[in-house]
Amino acid sequence: MANYSTNQFKNGLKVMLDGDPCSMVDVEFVKPGKGQAFTRVKMKNLMSGRTWERTFKSGESVEGADVMDTDMEYLYSDGEMWHFMDPKSYEQVAADKTAIGDAHLWLKEQDACQVTLFNGNPISVTPPNFVELEVVETDPGLKGDTAQGGSKPATLQSGAVVRVPLFIERGEMLKIDTRTGEYVSRA
Amino acid sequence: MSQNMLWNSTASMANLRRRAEIIASIRAFFASRNILEVDTPVMSNAAVSDPYIDTIECRYQPLVGGEVETKYLQSSPEYAMKRLLASGSGAIYQISKAFRNGEVGRRHNPEFSMLEWYRPGFDHRQLMNEVAELLLPLLGIAESNQYSYAQVFDTYLGIDPHTASIAELQAIAAEHIDSDFQDNNRDNWLNLLMSHVIEPQLADEGAVFVYDYPASQAALAKVSQDVQGRAVAERFELFVQGVELANGYHELTDAAEQARRFSEDNRQRGAENLPQRPTDDLLVAALEQGMPSCAGVAVGIDRLIMQAIGANDIADVIAFPFPRA
Repeated sequence: MANYSTNQFKNGLKVMLDGDPCSMVDVEFVKPGKGQAFTRVKMKNLMSGRTWERTFKSGESVEGADVMDTDMEYLYSDGEMWHFMDPKSYEQVAADKTAIGDAHLWLKEQDACQVTLFNGNPISVTPPNFVELEVVETDPGLKGDTAQGGSKPATLQSGAVVRVPLFIERGEMLKIDTRTGEYVSRA
Repeated sequence: MSQNMLWNSTASMANLRRRAEIIASIRAFFASRNILEVDTPVMSNAAVSDPYIDTIECRYQPLVGGEVETKYLQSSPEYAMKRLLASGSGAIYQISKAFRNGEVGRRHNPEFSMLEWYRPGFDHRQLMNEVAELLLPLLGIAESNQYSYAQVFDTYLGIDPHTASIAELQAIAAEHIDSDFQDNNRDNWLNLLMSHVIEPQLADEGAVFVYDYPASQAALAKVSQDVQGRAVAERFELFVQGVELANGYHELTDAAEQARRFSEDNRQRGAENLPQRPTDDLLVAALEQGMPSCAGVAVGIDRLIMQAIGANDIADVIAFPFPRA
């Protein structure tokens, strides 16, 4: 893998730091008037998800990380692993609990997801921004209450529990924003 | 973004109007004090000596298509303005473009605007007051504080920057900053602590002058002793909301010392594998002939306008930043 020098740093660049693949989230050039230049980088550790700031001296270099974002189709979960398939090569990969994170709350079979591979292994899964999921459990809807008023919890087919308006009934399909985990509308 | 989407200005017309107003107020300020506006070359035979300021080289041909001579785009009009002072100009100011290689960022553009002025008879303390008189009204700030370099290090880090060892500085840096480089230059650690730990905290104080820098960071300032008998550079910087806006000196007038610092800078460049470039013998010659005792300061105009407007990116105050130049 190539080495990158501070002058090649940019947002989104994936590098190896302390043995983990990391992504640059924000790169800032810092230079005291008469002093040596530094590059301050907000880094995201792609294994742990932790974000922190790291400072490099001008001219330092770091090793690139073999990290690839791939569009894949979600197949099924066997309870321990979540299985995905590359729709072009039909190659399959399995993500464990750490890699899947909260994404499992929004997965529906055959939905397209972004799977981040490091050395060919999944390290994180990003569901589509909006998903459509069926309500499998919620209190009965209240007649006449169609516009405003409170909300109630509803359990979706994926297992996620979201707050929904009182008029939502069991069996309805809902559109959910996976970035916030919030109800958007009926699908 | 495709190339043909980059034609338009990144700064709003409102910001560019404000920019023009600020520059007009600066000129009015100097006119009211009878300070002469001057214009010195941007392209020169010599380059700046500071190890960490890289000059942009350009190619001049006395005969088009003929032999190439290397010239340098000025990183500041300082040397030429000092030659004017030695020529008998009296108090002078200049608003000009300056160029620095490799400096691109939220607060940096390789080509930027600089205001520089010189006051014969002033020392750095008197000049700090004049800087405040000019800049604070433009920034809508009522007053400023002045601290010595030693004071800010004591306040924010509890160390004496004049005596702390490299090991101590490195240990303090490790407490505040995640990095893993090694460096055996004391000033680099001091600069790291200043820019990463102290400057962000100065933001809470509005406008802050820091003066009496370590003698090792004198650049072109006089060195004297502070009340504790430590060798300090008669130099100051102004920070506004934690952003460095101005850098001023009680100017060195000693030609031999100037020549010594040029060769020391070149020695350090050599040690760090940085390019060697011709130093300005004409400045040394001017000092030999005699430059009046004076204080001078450089102000980054683009940053000044950023602070006055509350802009977060230099692209908001210049029409065509580097990628669109």
